[in-house]
Amino acid sequence: MRLDILNRGYRPGTKVLFTLIRVFSGHPVPDAARLVFYRPGFYGAQAKQFTHEAMRGPSAWSVADRELMAAFVSKVSESAFCVAAHTATAGQAYQDSAKVQAVLTDLESAPVEDGLRATLRMLGQLTREGKVSGGDMREVLSAGVSRQQVQDALAVCAAFNTTGRLADAFGFELLSPEGFEAGAKYLLKRGYR
Amino acid sequence: MPDEDKKRAAHRALVDRVLNGPGQAAEEERARAFANAGLPPPLDVLIGKVATRPAQVTDADIAAARASGYTEDQIFELVVSAAVGQSARLYEAGLAALAEATGEAG
Repeated sequence: MRLDILNRGYRPGTKVLFTLIRVFSGHPVPDAARLVFYRPGFYGAQAKQFTHEAMRGPSAWSVADRELMAAFVSKVSESAFCVAAHTATAGQAYQDSAKVQAVLTDLESAPVEDGLRATLRMLGQLTREGKVSGGDMREVLSAGVSRQQVQDALAVCAAFNTTGRLADAFGFELLSPEGFEAGAKYLLKRGYR
Repeated sequence: MPDEDKKRAAHRALVDRVLNGPGQAAEEERARAFANAGLPPPLDVLIGKVATRPAQVTDADIAAARASGYTEDQIFELVVSAAVGQSARLYEAGLAALAEATGEAG
């Protein structure tokens, strides 16, 4: 990563943990996971709690839907690490990586329900332009999405707008495809805490 | 507590920690990074990119901030503040549009 403290500045116990994870999983600890261990009192602890609540807390959206939103928002903001990580996670969660690829390639023709499509369209606009109108939101609601679901989707969007910016600013190293698949499996089993 | 409140409460706790908790960058500077406004050069370039076009951040942007006297820990805090700030504005904009669409106060 671009700051030496994020490569080497961890507490001794954390360094041991990173080594154990690498030995037992066969993959290096992804930079996204390392970042939240750096001075966790400043950022990591609260960030994990919010991200876990958004991605795994109670919601009418499935975990797969929320991972797809994370991948889609990351695609719009061109955050390569997060696109790869959440494409893999959404693909495993749906057990359908073709569906995820279709959404990322062309949302309008992808085989997803209209409510999810309208929600992704709105999140894309918000991420790209920084704003959406009441009219845009009414379109999402009229596609059958509840007010609560819109709020839940906005929380996912906020979490990945933060993580994606940090991935790019600090220069998270991309993993091998196997590394991203292993990370996805972990995220589906354990979440973000 | 309804679930949507738990999500927003967790987000507020993150924002509050970054802006008001102990840190090595001054609270006022963290607030400026959060708002992406009022920072001196060359830090304004780095923070502006984090907020609006993060994929364009380069090693040189970080090096310039270091050369102007900021420590790595201060840069870490200010970059985090900028990322949390920009995403907080998007979150608020989305929630405000939703409130307008449903005719309820945010």
